[in-house]
Amino acid sequence: MLPESAPTRFRDPQIEMAHGAGGKASRKLVEGLFAPLLFGPAPGPLGDAALVDINGTPVAITTDSFVVKPLSFPGGSIGELAVNGTVNDLAVAGAKAEALVVTYVLEAGLPTPVLEAEVRAMAKAARDAGVRIAAGDTKVVEHGKADHLYITTTGIGPVLAGVSLDPRSVRLGDKILLSGPLGDHGITILLARGELDLEADLRSDTRSVLPLVEALVHAAAPGIRWMRDPTRGGAATSLNELARDCGLGMVLFEDQIPVRNTVRGACELLGLDPLHIANEGQFLAVVAPEYADAAWNALRLAPGGNKARVIGEVREQPAGTVLVTTLYGGSRIVDMLVGDPLPRIC
Amino acid sequence: MRFVDEFREPELISKTVEEIRRLAGTERHYRMMEVCGGHTHAIYRFGLKDILPGNIELIHGPGCPVCVLPMGRIDDGLAIAQSDVIFAAFGDMMRVPGTQGSPLEHKARGMDVRIVYSPADALKLARLNPDKHVMFFAIGFETTAPSTALTMMRARAEKIRNFSVFCNHVTIIPAIRAILDSPDMRLDAFIGPGHVSTVIGCRPYEWIAQNEHKPIVVSGFEPLDMLQSIVMLLRQLKAGQAKVENQYKRVVPWEGNRAALRAMAEVFQLRPYFEWRGLGFISQSALRINDKYSEFDAEQRFEVPGIRVTDPKAAQCGEVLKGVLKPHQCKLFGRECTPEHPVGALMVSTEGSCAAYYNYEHRKAAMVGLSSIA
Repeated sequence: MLPESAPTRFRDPQIEMAHGAGGKASRKLVEGLFAPLLFGPAPGPLGDAALVDINGTPVAITTDSFVVKPLSFPGGSIGELAVNGTVNDLAVAGAKAEALVVTYVLEAGLPTPVLEAEVRAMAKAARDAGVRIAAGDTKVVEHGKADHLYITTTGIGPVLAGVSLDPRSVRLGDKILLSGPLGDHGITILLARGELDLEADLRSDTRSVLPLVEALVHAAAPGIRWMRDPTRGGAATSLNELARDCGLGMVLFEDQIPVRNTVRGACELLGLDPLHIANEGQFLAVVAPEYADAAWNALRLAPGGNKARVIGEVREQPAGTVLVTTLYGGSRIVDMLVGDPLPRIC
Repeated sequence: MRFVDEFREPELISKTVEEIRRLAGTERHYRMMEVCGGHTHAIYRFGLKDILPGNIELIHGPGCPVCVLPMGRIDDGLAIAQSDVIFAAFGDMMRVPGTQGSPLEHKARGMDVRIVYSPADALKLARLNPDKHVMFFAIGFETTAPSTALTMMRARAEKIRNFSVFCNHVTIIPAIRAILDSPDMRLDAFIGPGHVSTVIGCRPYEWIAQNEHKPIVVSGFEPLDMLQSIVMLLRQLKAGQAKVENQYKRVVPWEGNRAALRAMAEVFQLRPYFEWRGLGFISQSALRINDKYSEFDAEQRFEVPGIRVTDPKAAQCGEVLKGVLKPHQCKLFGRECTPEHPVGALMVSTEGSCAAYYNYEHRKAAMVGLSSIA
């Protein structure tokens, strides 16, 4: 049965870039316009993927569009992102991607070698992630009406055995795990755009997180409450959404949050917070305290998980908020990102 | 990370805080103004208020270039960019609202707006786009003014014709003077701006010590820098002294940067007066481009509407800017005025005291049981 539409709450007069940046404005658009009209008055928490029941089998389904400039960058390219991004959205919903369908929106004038390189990158990423690209569609728009190439992927896959995730199941004392260093992707893209005269030896972290999620599930499935891949908007935005959905406080220990020195340096220089920077190959998990050691061990022993850490825990206060504490006893609230992260100079 | 981690070392920080507690005692209250927006940001980002004794009150000063820029100047700059001009500015400017929206909103509607990291990058845009005019919307105190000056000198030497600067550079000393002249202002001491002082040095503050009898310590931006500066200020206050001291010696030379000052003198001259948001008109408080460089002066080159916009009456930016009100004491704070929809400029830049307070502090202030967290 289809839900009745609910009243909208979105009052911004027009769509701005910030509505697509993954932070507060994006959430307002989704919760104020899309959700009430499409999902009705009580959609529940909005995750990375939706669960549907097909003849008694829980299946996760998700979709994501990729618009990135430049198309390729150190460590990856739009084609690879388009596969890994959707595989990861399913993985953090506790599901193993089974099949993807892909839509290309191409701008007339796009050189064939550029397109071919991206399709090859998709094929390789799909093979690496063990997912089949099952169908696709192509549209071409006039020159100047799109930025080279947009890719949309939709993925579907069964939920892994024993996994049940819900932000409302998060409890006091739960531990917050992070799979690896923050900010590699966002800072790589910022530098690859070439607008800032900065160079750094840095690569995007784009990868499938499914093997890490599988290792975690294998070791600690009953204790996993929630997972999320902190893409646009960064870890701060994901954790703020969780804090709001469960009504508890997310307290992070600044000295435990892994950030590469190059990313830290760029953030210091540009006035950015690594917690707001996008990632494409990491995920956050909230795990019951009695499973935390097993979960952490499983992650750090899995390939690509050696920098995983327990970065914080769930406390009663500050309710609905993310708080970062420092070794010397200071603390600060970290809000969702507002708009795109912009370098701060003066 | 070198030159950063040393200044965030927990043990040294606790020792310095202990020293502050010892010096501050409990008998009296100390009101110290950090002039620079970078310091305001650092205070909130590092949670310094959590570790300072309650009788040390930090008052946020006017040193946020974005915050003190009148909205009319933004409208003027954007009006010029309507006519097929590339509008280039620092990221700091991009979300600052004009009456018709911010530069970013204009970009979403089709204006050619570019974020640059330095004025030299704006000049590079001019070289790369010879058929377009590039206007750099210049903001900042003496920190950024020299690079704007050097860029214009370069443009002149290279005979670049499609580049101009819309100059909003301001100077810090008149702003401090205006704060001190304000009748409702009671301050004990100043944490002096670090970056500005790399250019102007420490001498220009001597009148604050000599005539106003207020101690001032030029400070760096790491937690330990700021705490040490507070120690130095407390020592002066306890000893009944008022002098200029330099905590940020690793970066700030006492005499400033002569080459930078020369470049500024080559290109700029003082405006007779300039409007500051929240503070009103202050005489000789801003720079304009001199006649020798007028070909690069966007205000000479283009028709400038000269828009003046009064701040919404309910917004109390001026009081907050002068430290008379705390951000959350303004009637609009957190309701009509938030970082997503800033009414006043202090909510726009992360260095603005309202945005810093909103982002890092206000929900913390409202909640109970915080002591169990630290």
